[in-house]
Amino acid sequence: MNNEITKATAPNTTDEFIKGLWKENPVFVQVLGMCPVLAVSNTAVNALAMGLATAFVLIMSNSLVSMLRNFIPKEVRIASYILIIATFVTMIDYAIQAISVDLHKNLGAFISLIVVNCLILSRAEAFASKNTLTKSIMDALGMGLGFTLGLVSLGMVREILGSGSIFGIAILPDTFQEWVIMILPAGGFFTLAAWLLVFNLYKQKRNAL
Amino acid sequence: MTDSKTIAPPSNSFKMLRAMAGIGIICGILIVFTYEGTLPRIEFLRAEALKEAIFKVLPGITEMQPYAYKNNAFVPAEETDTDVVYAGYDSEGNFKGIAIVASGQGYADQIKIIYGYDPENQTVVGFYVLESKETPGLGDKIEKDPTFLENFTALDVDLNDDQSTLQNRVVTVKKGTKTNAWEVDGISGATISSRAIGEIINASASEWAPLIYKNKTAFNSLENEQ
Repeated sequence: MNNEITKATAPNTTDEFIKGLWKENPVFVQVLGMCPVLAVSNTAVNALAMGLATAFVLIMSNSLVSMLRNFIPKEVRIASYILIIATFVTMIDYAIQAISVDLHKNLGAFISLIVVNCLILSRAEAFASKNTLTKSIMDALGMGLGFTLGLVSLGMVREILGSGSIFGIAILPDTFQEWVIMILPAGGFFTLAAWLLVFNLYKQKRNAL
Repeated sequence: MTDSKTIAPPSNSFKMLRAMAGIGIICGILIVFTYEGTLPRIEFLRAEALKEAIFKVLPGITEMQPYAYKNNAFVPAEETDTDVVYAGYDSEGNFKGIAIVASGQGYADQIKIIYGYDPENQTVVGFYVLESKETPGLGDKIEKDPTFLENFTALDVDLNDDQSTLQNRVVTVKKGTKTNAWEVDGISGATISSRAIGEIINASASEWAPLIYKNKTAFNSLENEQ
């Protein structure tokens, strides 16, 4: 599906960037990589860190896959992609530990699980293995930031309702009764559903015009 | 597979091997460099976090000194020692208490905590969670719930008459039913996690408190050997 769209549009690199942010947003349109989206979006900071970590892995693996695209025989391509992705995930895991112990504590197992994020593998398979380095990097940048945008949108809503704060800063009065369910996994589903509703309503309205 | 046959002949195994080995080597090198590059910083941050935690669980201290328990005595710890506790001193060099790291099974995974023990009054004076994977929003309340943390500002860990173990088991009770100084008021919604904390402290204190109490003169002077 991704293929058709990229072939139809995409005459220049800016389009590759924009499409990931908006038209093919990985969270709201492609609905890819839902595991971290639902699990680590309980606060805005966690969501932002997770989004940026995924974006880093996406950019690095997309560039390497694109550079090596003529070197990797198609029989072993999936194994090669996973190897490359796992390497960058391990690197970002160490990097996050080196940035902040607390952040690493909060993201927990989900950093390692970036390896199996279907968004990254799908971009390597559907895009980077068929396109030039520049285009692949632009694609990864767009998709990565689009993913971060999606995660942070969820994280902000969940943090406001679930903890009465945003990016760790309390914004609602103490009398506000926190919705515990919003920081639990179920809250992730509710918030995602609500955002998808908003997105689809908007899309419908625009198409109707 | 049929596709690859019609479009291009299948790649030979040498090419496959070359690609996998080549990528493997590149990846290996990248990981080794990142690991080596971040290791000092990670170790520094871990030590910082531990140090910060020690000052958190022993209120009023300005100086600390690690001690190891070797050959039935406490001696200033060297880097390779494993059974290490941290003695805290106030600004005048008076011995204030011992910070002890302990761990045990929680709801999700091992919970690693640190708590402050005051041998003079035989109480736990502070508590902090170092590592836990408890459920966000429920189990992780053991880290930040103020009424739960209140338990550990003066938790009774008196030794029994022959000073071999604790007089009373440290035990977590249902929220709001704490009546004795050695009980921990639990958290509703985090029953298993809060119980685990009680058990970890009980197990660790029954092992360490008699040793520390017996040897408490060993900590009296602040040695700056490092």
